[in-house]
Amino acid sequence: MSPRTDIALPRLLAGMPAHGAVGLAEHRARGGELPYTTRRERRGAGALIELVEQAGLRGRGGAAFPVARKLRAVTAASGRTPLGKRPIVLANASEGEPASGKDRLLLESLPHLVLDGGVLAARAVGADELIVCVEASAAGALRNLTRALSERERAGGDELRIGIQTVPEGYVSGQESALVNLCSGGPAKPTLTPPMPFQRGVRRRPTLISNAETLAHLTLIARHGPRWFRALGTPADPGSALVTLSGAIAHPGVYEIEHGAPLPALIEAAGGASTALRAVLLGGYGGAWVDAGTVPELALSNDQLAAHGASLGAGVVVLLSEQACPVAETARVTRWLATESSGQCGPCIHGLDAIAGEIEALAHGAATAGAGERISRWCSLATGRGACRHPDGAVRFITSALEVFAEEFADHARHGRCDACASAPELPLPSRGQLAAAA
Amino acid sequence: MRLRVNPIACEAHGMCAELLPERIVLDEWGYPILDERPLPAELTTLAKRAAEACPTFALLIERDTKLHR
Repeated sequence: MSPRTDIALPRLLAGMPAHGAVGLAEHRARGGELPYTTRRERRGAGALIELVEQAGLRGRGGAAFPVARKLRAVTAASGRTPLGKRPIVLANASEGEPASGKDRLLLESLPHLVLDGGVLAARAVGADELIVCVEASAAGALRNLTRALSERERAGGDELRIGIQTVPEGYVSGQESALVNLCSGGPAKPTLTPPMPFQRGVRRRPTLISNAETLAHLTLIARHGPRWFRALGTPADPGSALVTLSGAIAHPGVYEIEHGAPLPALIEAAGGASTALRAVLLGGYGGAWVDAGTVPELALSNDQLAAHGASLGAGVVVLLSEQACPVAETARVTRWLATESSGQCGPCIHGLDAIAGEIEALAHGAATAGAGERISRWCSLATGRGACRHPDGAVRFITSALEVFAEEFADHARHGRCDACASAPELPLPSRGQLAAAA
Repeated sequence: MRLRVNPIACEAHGMCAELLPERIVLDEWGYPILDERPLPAELTTLAKRAAEACPTFALLIERDTKLHR
C-alpha cells in the first residue's frame, strides 16, 4: 500500500497474535483502561456519540450507515418507551457472507477490542445488556470469545450483562431483523420492518445492532479521538477497514486498508494475483462485479466505488481468474442465493428460483428465446418486495454479472457449455455438508 | 393513507387484486404488486374492504408516517 499507510496501518490488526487471542491483561497494557466510565463523561460535552459523529464512523457490516445516527436513534427511542425498557446492544459477527472472514478473525484474535466497543456503545445509549452474535460454525471465534468473557468476569466484570448468541448458518440469518427475531426466542429469519430494531428490537426493547468491526473501531476512536481516526481514509469514508481478499490471489486473507486505497496496491500487498484476472467481485454476493480492465482505477472506498456501480459492502473482494467460466460461476452462485432465501416471501422464493433456472439454462445452452427479457422482468419483480433485502442484493449481483460478462453469456446462449465450464469452481460457497446442515 | 403488503404473511390468495384492481395487480406467481402512492379519498373504502378480505391479513393500510420506507 502507499507509504503513508505503511506508517499508519495496521490499526485494528496491530499486534495480531500469530495464534490464539490477545488476553485481557495484554489488551489493557496496550490500550489502557476503558474510557467513559463516569456518567458525566458519557453524557457531557465531547460525549462518545459526539466523538463518533466527528470521526464520521460508518458501519462496516455492509450498509455503511453513519454510526452516530444509529446511536442517537436508539437513545431517542429508549427515551420514548416506558421505564424499564432499556436498550440492548447486539454485536453482529454472524458473517453469513461466504467470502468474508474479518469479523470471526477479530473475535478469534482480538476479542477484547470488539467487547470494549460493545461496552462503550452500551454506555453511549444507556443499554444494560450486550449480546455478541456469532455464527455456530465459527468454532475458534466462539471459543476465544467465551474465554475473553470469563477473563473479564475474573477481572471484576463489566457493568452490564454480556451474552453470546450462536447464529445458525445461513446467508440471511445475520440480517438485522433476523438477529432480533433469534435473540427474542424466534427463528433466525427476517421479519417485517418497520418497526426498525432501534424502535422495537430484542424482547421489544430499542436495540442497537452494530457490526463487530464497527465496534472495534469505536474502541479505537474512544482511545485516540476523531482527528486520529480521520487521519486515514476519505472525507466521506474516513478511517481504515478490514477487507477479506480471496480468489485468484497469492495470499488470500484479511487485510486492513485505508479507505480509498488503490485496489492494485492491496493486490500487491497480498503477493499479487495468481493468474490473469477476468473480473473482481466487490461487496460479496449482494455486491457487484467490475471488469478486470477497470482494476487500475479502483479505489477502495464506498464514495469512489459508487462511480463503478459497486460498494465495499462488508469488505469482501474476490478475484476471478481468466480460467474460470463466469457464466458457470454466476449460475452456481445464483442457485445458492435462491436456496438461501429464508422462504418467507413469495417474490423472493419464486423470483430467485426462476432467475437461477434461466441462468442455468443459459449456462447449458438450453435457454429459449427471450431468456434475457425474462431474467430482467424477474429481477424487477424480486427487487424491493421481500421483508429483507436479500432479493435486492441477489439481483444486484446477477444484474452486474449479466453486464460485465455479457460476451460470455451471449456465447453460452449460442454454443452452450464452454471449455472453462469444466474447471474447478472459484467463487467460495459453504460446503455441501454445511448447506445440508442449514437446510 | 397508502397500501402496504406484509410479504411474509401474504400467501397469494389474490383477493386484494380482485377487490382493488385500481391499485393492485398480481405478478405471475399471484403475489400483489401495489401502487404505493397515497390513496385518494374515493378509494379508501374499497381499500379497507380489500384489507379485510385478505385471508392472512397481509394487506395493510397505513397512515403516512416517517416510518414508511
